[in-house]
Amino acid sequence: MASYETFEHDVLVIGAGGAGLRAAVEASAAGTKVCVVSKSLLGKAHTVMAEGGMAAAMANVDDRDSWRVHFADTMRGGQYLNNPRMAEIHAKEAPDRVRELEAWGALFDRTKDGRILQRNFGGHRYPRLAHVGDRTGLEMIRTLQDHGVHQGIDFQMEITIVTLLKDGDRIAGAMGYDRERGRFKVYRAKAVVLATGGIGRAYQITSNSWEYTGDGQALAYHAGAKLLDMEFVQFHPTGMVWPPSVKGILVTEGVRGEGGVLRNNKGRRFMFDDIPENYRSSTADNEEEGWRYVTGDKSARRPPELLTRDHVARCIVREVREGRGSPHGGVFLDISWIKEKVQNAPEHIKKKLPSMYHQFKQLGDIDITKEPMEVGPTTHYVMGGVRVDADSQMSCVPGLFAAGECAAGLHGANRLGGNSLSDLLVFGKRAGEFAAKHAKSVSMPKLDSPQVEAAAKAAVAPFERQGGEGPYQIQQTLQDNMQQLAGIVRREDEMTRALELIASLKAKAANVSVYGNREYNAGWHTAMDLDSLLTVSEAVARAGLMRRESRGGHFRDDFPGKDNEWGQYNIEISKAADGSMRVERVPIVPMTGEHQKIVEENK
Amino acid sequence: MANATFRIWRGDKSGGGYKDYPIETSEGMVVLDAVHQIQASQANDLAVRWNCKAGKCGSCSAEVNGFPKLMCMTRLNTLDLTQPVTVQPMQTFPVIRDLVTDVSWNYEVKKTIQKMKTRKPDASDGTWRVNQRDVDRPQEFRKCIECFLCQNVCHVLREHQMFSEFVGPRFFVYAAALEMNPVDAADRVADLKDKHGIGLCNITKCCTHVCPEEIKITDNAIIPLKERVVDEFFDPVRKLFKMFKG
Repeated sequence: MASYETFEHDVLVIGAGGAGLRAAVEASAAGTKVCVVSKSLLGKAHTVMAEGGMAAAMANVDDRDSWRVHFADTMRGGQYLNNPRMAEIHAKEAPDRVRELEAWGALFDRTKDGRILQRNFGGHRYPRLAHVGDRTGLEMIRTLQDHGVHQGIDFQMEITIVTLLKDGDRIAGAMGYDRERGRFKVYRAKAVVLATGGIGRAYQITSNSWEYTGDGQALAYHAGAKLLDMEFVQFHPTGMVWPPSVKGILVTEGVRGEGGVLRNNKGRRFMFDDIPENYRSSTADNEEEGWRYVTGDKSARRPPELLTRDHVARCIVREVREGRGSPHGGVFLDISWIKEKVQNAPEHIKKKLPSMYHQFKQLGDIDITKEPMEVGPTTHYVMGGVRVDADSQMSCVPGLFAAGECAAGLHGANRLGGNSLSDLLVFGKRAGEFAAKHAKSVSMPKLDSPQVEAAAKAAVAPFERQGGEGPYQIQQTLQDNMQQLAGIVRREDEMTRALELIASLKAKAANVSVYGNREYNAGWHTAMDLDSLLTVSEAVARAGLMRRESRGGHFRDDFPGKDNEWGQYNIEISKAADGSMRVERVPIVPMTGEHQKIVEENK
Repeated sequence: MANATFRIWRGDKSGGGYKDYPIETSEGMVVLDAVHQIQASQANDLAVRWNCKAGKCGSCSAEVNGFPKLMCMTRLNTLDLTQPVTVQPMQTFPVIRDLVTDVSWNYEVKKTIQKMKTRKPDASDGTWRVNQRDVDRPQEFRKCIECFLCQNVCHVLREHQMFSEFVGPRFFVYAAALEMNPVDAADRVADLKDKHGIGLCNITKCCTHVCPEEIKITDNAIIPLKERVVDEFFDPVRKLFKMFKG
């Protein structure tokens, strides 16, 4: 084992998006020695793509807002499967997390009286998203990155972690390789924070980049942690559908927040045709009222385009399936119509949605100030992930923490737009704080060389095999499979088939072969990501098969209704002693009396 | 659409050369799609950096037919496909492999720029009241996606290799964002002159031309910073004033 470069830190953070960086900043401020490893270069993680904003009840734009309303909105959006304690912490702490970014250099858009401006978003009762045009994620990641580099954090870029290491029951660190040269690295640490993001690459049409292969979820699962809510995958309603090469790239919900409307090929605003019961009282019933809402009229109710993402995505699927879609299999999203209402609309749109304007102009030859966009659902986010303690973000493995998208609990069955960036900040900070605390309370764990040797051997095996299937073929087959059989609309027979296919792909992945050498070898990197992808895909399909109802991001064609009984359970996944995947129903974390009161108040 | 040939540089720091790959093109394709297609079907081990595929992360910088570009935002219908399309790594930074270069110098340079130092909050809630028109300018600089294409074309770095004297356009933009941040109270002007080599920039605007975010790097960031240096260190009236003040 002496041949591998070995590092020792108090806290190892895996992932350098918003959650990982915020955790590292906090752990380092607490005086611990921190290392951050990331698959990409610093500042390139998917947080950079977040457009709309970060939800925080600062009440800068509408003084009726408070953490209580934000809590109630989050629980309603998550269809009450959320961990209420996490939803409470999130709603209470988000405003401070946003304000401290400003002190670290973030430049938010401003209100007329010079405070941080907040915008409307789906499922949020009041304008709540602090933002910078439509590039809020870039502002956030850059602010955290620039703040972090002055804190003495050891940043190691382009490192992929292949396994977590354990000392008995507790975490002992991790092992990975650098993408540049393919050298193995061993990280010995008292605490590990997983902040690896999502699983979007398990699907064919996704807004996620190559990195999002479910590494954190899979690493935690293999290390003995539990996964929760894996059936809940969010399909963002508006991704680009044309041209083919950009299919899946996100079109921010901010377009609808600024007055963009969805129409089918008959020109009808079809979202008015299907407003769920529990949102009826808070949703506009005519176009005029919807417009007044997006322009800040406090007496108006929100337009149905701003209903929750799961619902809007399904309505779009229905329009397309019933023959009312756009030429390339989506529907129309139109912001250009606001020229009827706003003077100098093209300039207004470019100012409010600069990167959307740029994206469509450059990639699709479409001027969104003049013509509608074509949009359709794209795999965007996984609500499920590592089960963690609400306060500390620690999993059931001592010393193993998770935060951000790779953790579960805050969002329940469906995440509200804007609650992700605030999630990263609030729980990234908590994970860093408690990881540091944990690290201070324990001794340096022992490294177990057989674990390291086994991982190293498995990692180089694809070079030594001949004639196995290539990694790209396996990955593509899996993506097609998940898209077709475990996507937006699910059925028992299809998910059963998905599981059979996953089993056969696992066998192929165990025999995958790659060529070339270990230096920056994309084929090898793809092969190394297969295990995580297959693990999380299996988790999604197994949990999806078990939940025989439709709720939030999980829609069953064969069980289209919501089932009150199922509303009392989460689905938990763990690795059984024989290596198989165990799937169990576990009771939800109950709301306290106070939580219930808040929900009632805000009905 | 017609088929095309991509002539991609393959190799590492010990050397390399161009290799031709035929591809089938389709509507709306960008250079990065072509590279991915080649990677998936003809050269699994082809090294390329990318992330967002939407011009927002700045990972896939390269030189396409000699022009510094983000591969994800360069559509094939803007290129002459009757000729082979040449793709090579950025030339200013050391190559790691194929299209991937070692840009770590940039991350080191950033550390030398003084970090944000907040002025005293002016509102009773402990925050700042800041007018939108006062953040419009630095917000332009904050659009930077750190693709380092400006660094790649700057002749002070590309031709003269003055990596130890000069931080390059990216970090003048970065410094300008801090200097013009209404909440910041630090002073970076002496550093810009002495440590960061702003005087070496002779405003040829190459950086501005290649910026995918269309930041007016030279006009809006570098020139105002140069003016601050002049005001503080070379203004004869101020010099005189300082002399009398002792």
